[in-house]
Amino acid sequence: MALNTEKNTYTVIFAMVMVVIVGSLLAFLASGLRPRIDENERFEKQQNILYAMGVNLNEDAGSVNFIPTNVVEEEFSKYIKEQLVVVGSETKQREESYLIDMKKQLNIIKNGDEAELPLFIGEKENKKFYIIPMYGKGLWDAIWGYISLDENMVVQGVVFDHKGETPGLGANIKLRYFMDDFTGESVLDGNRISGIAVVKGNNDPLNNDKEDNEVDALAGATITGNGVSAMIKETLKLYKPYLETIRTK
Amino acid sequence: MGLLSKKDANLILDPLADNNPITIQVLGICSALAITAELKASVVMSLSVLFVLGVGNVVISLMRNIIPSKIRIIVQLIVVATLVIVVDQVLKAFAYELSKTLAVFVGLIITNCIIMGRFEAFALGNGPWKSFLDGIGNALGYGVILIIVGFFRELLGSGTLFGVPVLGDPIAKTGLYATGYENNGFMIIPPAALIVVGIIIWVQRSRNRALIEEA
Repeated sequence: MALNTEKNTYTVIFAMVMVVIVGSLLAFLASGLRPRIDENERFEKQQNILYAMGVNLNEDAGSVNFIPTNVVEEEFSKYIKEQLVVVGSETKQREESYLIDMKKQLNIIKNGDEAELPLFIGEKENKKFYIIPMYGKGLWDAIWGYISLDENMVVQGVVFDHKGETPGLGANIKLRYFMDDFTGESVLDGNRISGIAVVKGNNDPLNNDKEDNEVDALAGATITGNGVSAMIKETLKLYKPYLETIRTK
Repeated sequence: MGLLSKKDANLILDPLADNNPITIQVLGICSALAITAELKASVVMSLSVLFVLGVGNVVISLMRNIIPSKIRIIVQLIVVATLVIVVDQVLKAFAYELSKTLAVFVGLIITNCIIMGRFEAFALGNGPWKSFLDGIGNALGYGVILIIVGFFRELLGSGTLFGVPVLGDPIAKTGLYATGYENNGFMIIPPAALIVVGIIIWVQRSRNRALIEEA
């Protein structure tokens, strides 16, 4: 080929052309796929919220089975009776508050401003579930999830997810055997709303003690586990004013 | 191998054994350590690298005569990064569940030294068809080791394969656990991968003495 690829002008032009081609390709792709991706994320949030209140397709043991995406919207409007936002000491109804990004709200709080904290009330078999979104930090990146409580401040279910925890170690926070341990634990320490800690060697690996505010940790995932403990604690602290108004115990 | 000439077939077969990127060239070790605690993750990572390396090698090979040599590394990096982002976005839109499983690996694919190594060492100097075979061969060689390591780490570390318990229930003490067997927690942490890879290297070299370097 007669092209002189060593010349500086060629190099600069090549770089520019390449950047334009790659940039427009990616921009085109991103904007073209955005609606689909947004929809997938919306379904995922609905699935998670329903999962936390026990609306899922789980069988006796084994894997996590969410409500399928083709019916999740229907089920969501069937089970979730109220969508609220908690602003300071006030509580307001808000349509689609499940789309509120917890990460942004936590940043608002960090800046000292008043945030809008989403909260959902679900109802199943005449029992009320108060479902709270959580957001925190694991070892490598963000972790998040939902926790559902009843009026007695007993956990009815949790769901966790993560962005980049180590596969086989920290990533196991989203597996059944870890999440199921939380169900039935009380978040009350004495009479105070405190949280549930993920601890090593608590002499209760089968998790029979539901009042100890502890679940058994994952081997090899200490920092992810600590992240989960901190996330639950911080979240409950934020929602404490509201939880105090609904709690009966 | 009627389809391929002997030379072409060697492009695929060599990296599987005698010129394996992990055990012989010792490339791509970082991801081999990080993600092989589970067999499923190993398989997913292998398939992702197979795709990126196969397509990337062809793209670089097609561009090999117009890439300015001064910025060739950056160009290679852009090609890998673009491919990975395209795959990630398409999966997010059409196979959301799979994309969540893959999320961790996206960064690891871009930084995988095997990919840059093959671009630099092979695709820049060979035609697209040969480069494609070389990419596939090296990705398979990488994948084979990943799957072997993942198999042993998951089996010995968690007593499961693909998440399915195969040795019984460690808490209820059934199956093999009834005899007093315990899962080896060491196997699920990254240093165990180094040891398993080390054993593979040892076995391979003791079977084929030609691979041993002169001291």
